[in-house]
This record gives sequence, C-alpha cells and structure tokens, in this order.
Amino acid sequence: MNIINIEHIAKIYEVGLEEVHALRDVSLRINKNEYVAIMGPSGSGKSTLMNILGCLDTPTHGIYQFKEKNVSIMNDNELATIRNKEIGFVFQTFNLLPRSNALHNVELPLIYAGKVKHDRIERSQKVLENVGLGDRMHHKPNELSGGQRQRVAIARALVTDPAIILADEPTGNLDTKTGEDIMALFNDIHEQGNTIILVTHEEYIAKHAARIIRLRDGLIETDEIVKDRYIPKRNNLSKV
Amino acid sequence: MKNILFELKESLIISLKAIWSNKVRSILATLGIIIGVWAVTLMVTANQGIDKSFQEGVASMGSDNLYIDKWSWFNNDIPWWELRNRRDIRMEDYERFQELVKLPIAVAPMKYTFSEIKFGSEIVEGISIVGTTHEYINTTTLNFDAGRFFNELESNGGRNVVILGFTIADKLFPNGNALDNYVKILGKKLKVIGVLSEQGSWVMGAFNPDNQAFLPIEFSLKNFAGDRFGGITILVRAPNSMMVDEVEQESIGAMRKVRGLRYDEMDDFSINRQDGLLSEIDSTMGVLGAVAFILTGLGLFVGGIGIMNIMFVSVKERTREIGIRKAIGAKRRTILGQFILESVIICMLGGLIGFILTALSSLIMQQFLPVTVNMNIVIITFILSSLVGITAGLAPAYSAAKMDPVDALRYE
Ligand SMILES: Nc1ncnc2c1ncn2[C@@H]1O[C@H](COP(=O)(O)OP(=O)(O)OP(=O)(O)O)[C@@H](O)[C@H]1O
Ligand SMILES: [Mg+2]
Repeated sequence: MNIINIEHIAKIYEVGLEEVHALRDVSLRINKNEYVAIMGPSGSGKSTLMNILGCLDTPTHGIYQFKEKNVSIMNDNELATIRNKEIGFVFQTFNLLPRSNALHNVELPLIYAGKVKHDRIERSQKVLENVGLGDRMHHKPNELSGGQRQRVAIARALVTDPAIILADEPTGNLDTKTGEDIMALFNDIHEQGNTIILVTHEEYIAKHAARIIRLRDGLIETDEIVKDRYIPKRNNLSKV
Repeated sequence: MKNILFELKESLIISLKAIWSNKVRSILATLGIIIGVWAVTLMVTANQGIDKSFQEGVASMGSDNLYIDKWSWFNNDIPWWELRNRRDIRMEDYERFQELVKLPIAVAPMKYTFSEIKFGSEIVEGISIVGTTHEYINTTTLNFDAGRFFNELESNGGRNVVILGFTIADKLFPNGNALDNYVKILGKKLKVIGVLSEQGSWVMGAFNPDNQAFLPIEFSLKNFAGDRFGGITILVRAPNSMMVDEVEQESIGAMRKVRGLRYDEMDDFSINRQDGLLSEIDSTMGVLGAVAFILTGLGLFVGGIGIMNIMFVSVKERTREIGIRKAIGAKRRTILGQFILESVIICMLGGLIGFILTALSSLIMQQFLPVTVNMNIVIITFILSSLVGITAGLAPAYSAAKMDPVDALRYE
C-alpha cells in the first residue's frame, strides 16, 4: 500500500525580499514497509522535505497525500492528530523533555492521544524494554548517554504504533559504534513491518536502507534501490 | 466532556511539574498576587468587622432612639452659627414635652459632663458623665454585671448614686468589688450602685457605654455646670423601628408647642436619629472602601503584569519544549490550556498564601475587632486569583499555542 504520495511539491521561504526555494519540484511515492534513506549536500532540502512528510510543515505548492488523505488542505488540529497517531519522529538532537524521565517522555504521545494512565504506562514500559532501556525508565535525559537518549526518542516514536518513522540524521550526534547500534535497532524495527525514512550524510549509514533518494538544490537527483545493502546482525529487539 | 476533563487533568499534572521545576521563580512571581489577595481579603475582613462593631455599638445605644437637641448632629444644611443662636433646651422643656407626647415608650433628659472619676489613688480620665432620669434605662439595651440602675426616688431626689461603665469599673476596681464604694466626681462623692456589662464596641469612643457613667440629672444640675450651660438633650425611644417616623412627627409637634413657636417660625431644635450616624458611617466606610479597592486593584494589576511577564519568559524558554509537544501531537488548545492553567495555578498559589496571611492577620485583628474569616473570603480569593491567572496567562499562552512547530524545534 502506498503510504506517502507527493506530487510536484515546492517549498519557498521568503527571507526579506528574496525567495529561497528549499524544494523546487519533488514527486515521490513511498510504500508500506519501505526503508528509505534521503541523502544530499547541506542545504539541499532534506530537512524541509522531512518536515513536510511529517506534517510539521506544509508545502507552498503541490499535493501531499498521506494514506490517500489530502494533507495539504488540513488545518492545524487535523495535522496534530496525524502527527500524533501516524508519525513517529526521531531527531538528530533527540528532543526529549529535559525535566521528564524516560518513561514520561515515551508516555507523552499517548497522553495527547487520550489514552488512560494504566494503558499508557504499560505500553511505554514495554516499548522501552524493547529498545533495551528496561532498567533506565526513571532516568532523566541528562542521566543517560547519547545512544540511550536516542533510544528513548525511538521508543517515543514507536509508542503510538505509527504508520511511518521519520528520522532526521538520527546518528548525527553519536559516535560510530553507538550509531551502528541505533542503525541495528532501526533494522529490527523495519523487519517487523514498519516504514522508515531517514536522512543521513553518511554513505555507510544510508546503505542500511533499501532505497536511497538523493536531493540537490531542492530537486530529486537520483532515486534508486540499494544493491549492496548492509544488514546488521540482529539486535535483541522483540515485537513492538 | 470526558475528553476535556481528561485533558484538563493531564495539563494540570504537566503544569504542576513545570511550576515545581521553577519553584523560586514561581514564588517570586506570585509576590504581587500574594500581596494583592492579602490586601483584598484583609480589607473585606476588616470591613465586615468594623461594620459589625458599628452595628453593635449603635444597637447598644438603642436603635429606635431620637435625640432632640439644639445641635444638628449630621445635617450640615443649617449653618453652625444659627444652631449656636438657638435657645438651649432646659429641664422645664423636657418636663412639658414629656407630658405632651403619647407614642414613646420612654423619654429621658441627658446632660453630658466630661470629667475624671477617682477612687482612692486610681483615676480614669475623659469620662462622659451622663446625667439622666430613671427612664433612661428603658431607652437602651444595656445589661448589668452587678447592681442596678437608679430608681425614680433616687432620680427625683438627685441622690449621689452612680452607675459605672464596664471599663471604668474595671480600672477603678480591678478586683471587681465596685458596688457600694464611693467614687469622686468633680469633688463630689457618689455611691456605686451598678456596673454595666462590657459592650466592647470601640467605635463609639467616649460615647461607648463602657466609658460612661450615669447619675441622676438633678444631681448633676445642682452640683456640676447646670443646665444654663449648654442645655440638655431629650432622648425619645420609639416603641419599635417601624414607628420611629411617627414618633419623630409627634415629637416635632410637641417640641414646637413647648418652645411656643408660631406657624411661620422655623424649628429651633433638631431631631437627631441613629440612622443619621449609620449613614454617616456608611459613607465614610464607602470612601475608605473605594480607596482600598482601587489600591488593591492596582496591586493585583501589577501582580498580574508580573505573572504575565514570567509566563512570557517561561514560554520563550520552553519554545523547544513546545515544539517537541507539537511534533508529537499536542493540539493548539492543549498548549493554550497548559499555559493558562499554569498561570492560574501560580496565581492560586499566591492566593492561597495571601489567604493564609489574612487568616493570620485576622487573629491579630481579633484583639480589637469582631472579625471572622468566612467562606466569602475563600470564594473571593479563589475567584480573584483565577481571574488574574486567566487574564495574565492568556497572551503568553496564545503566543505558545500559535507557534510554528518547525520554528519552535529549531529554536536554540
Ligand atoms: N525557516 C527558513 N527560512 C528561510 N530559509 C530556510 C528555512 N528553513 C530552511 N531554509 C533554507 O532552505 C534550504 C534547505 O534547508 P534544509 O534545512 O532543508 O537543508 P538540509 O538539506 O536539511 O541541510 P542540512 O544537511 O544542513 O541539514 C536551505 O537553503 C535553508 O537555508
Ligand atoms: Mg537538515
């Protein structure tokens, strides 16, 4: 099934009198259980595209259909609901609430989804255990390592069981070894049937994906299947 | 509905967490609210107390009483020199008046003398000594701690007997054995035959029965200044408050006859009423209340600005947090509610502290005012602090709610 379908998307920022074309004309389809890496030089529009795909931002031109619903015409509230229920974000800088512990950070999307306390805790604990943080639930972000923080963020992205996981340079702030652990985790998540789109600068990170889209100056340069895909050895992730 | 309650509960928890992690700043921000609420509730409490003590004070003077006097107590329409030129009211006037009126249940003359009272080496100063007749007691609601009022015989005979107000007796006879002792007033010895119960109404000052002494008017006219000096006041008691107007009309007619006034001559006396005093008090209290109201309003306003400021700072500081919350699905109204709730809680915290301060202050006030902290105060506190909280929180909360998630997430 076709989860994402964008046609002739453009995003134009107005800076003073000048127009910045972050995206010029991008069309793209992504199916269920795809694993896509987006690459490209700095400023080529990767984050802009991710924000639009994640319904954090709306395109200036073009049509965005998410699960066959036209997102381009949705209002703020409807977009918030889509973000809450259908999309899981993982950011380069983790973006956890600094004063809340891991459990509460993971629980937060479920609060906005209107789930009751008991179910929230149960589900959050399970997901945290699945990403290997069963013994760190009551730690605050500043009591966790970078890799552990990113695991909390991934748990938060997974907790509502979204249709798609969007990760913008998830290993950008991590060392190679920790980055590799995180990529192994993504691999497990993908193998369990999830759809993943991730942005990266590193060729070897991108090789974890099954498909690589390269952007340049707001346009898709190439969009191809990875032939020599790197499959990391299984993590200890159970079904989420 | 369930959903809204749920969201409210969750935002409440989120807000409490946010406030808790900024304890010091929250407390500082509420200082204005604390002071504002303290001032308002204290003012209302004091006002109720003062009102109550006025009512009690006036009631102890007899609330259905009229005072026929050369002077007009409250009405300033007549220039004072005209009042001064009026003839004094004399005992003969009183006697004729008393025969003419039918409606009152009691009529008594009053002659005030200001003096000190001595017993042995003890002296109390600035006492208003009321010369009157045995009828006087029927115009009041006074009770006795000991003894009695003087009777008709003692009254007509101008006997040297005296009834002491509570405070006087308490000062002269700390051991409480005032009865049958002789006190000295203006060089004359008088036997104490009664002590009044405590009235405790501070507002009436020298006219508080606690600070008054009563003796037969015949005695004071004979031994003190005499009625040629300032004249007397005639005290008239209506049977009930419904009949005060009727009694006043009758009294005017009777007085005009006594004074021998022709139909075209003006009254040369004034009928003074307690409600005159009450309305005087009310208007004074009204002015005081208005001033206090403006001041506390100003205090709350400044407090509100303080809260608004702190909320704007808080929103700015937590821009990234807002971005995160939006990214994972918080709606505008959720963010709006969260910050308004936070502001309301901070204000209520201030209100609570202000209320506690009022409760403590009222303990001190109870020394001299009959104050009680009642439910009204709690309600006022509650409403005021939530109103200030909502008003002050609205703009910052709105600025948070309408933030663009992408910009908010990028904010450093
Ligand atoms: N809010 C904005 N206002 C103005 N210009 C913007 C804004 N956001 C992005 N841009 C511009 O749009 C272009 C694409 O930005 P984007 O962040 O998508 O690049 P990127 O591919 O993610 O780069 P990087 O690899 O450095 O993260 C850049 O030229 C950037 O300056
Ligand atoms: Mg980027």
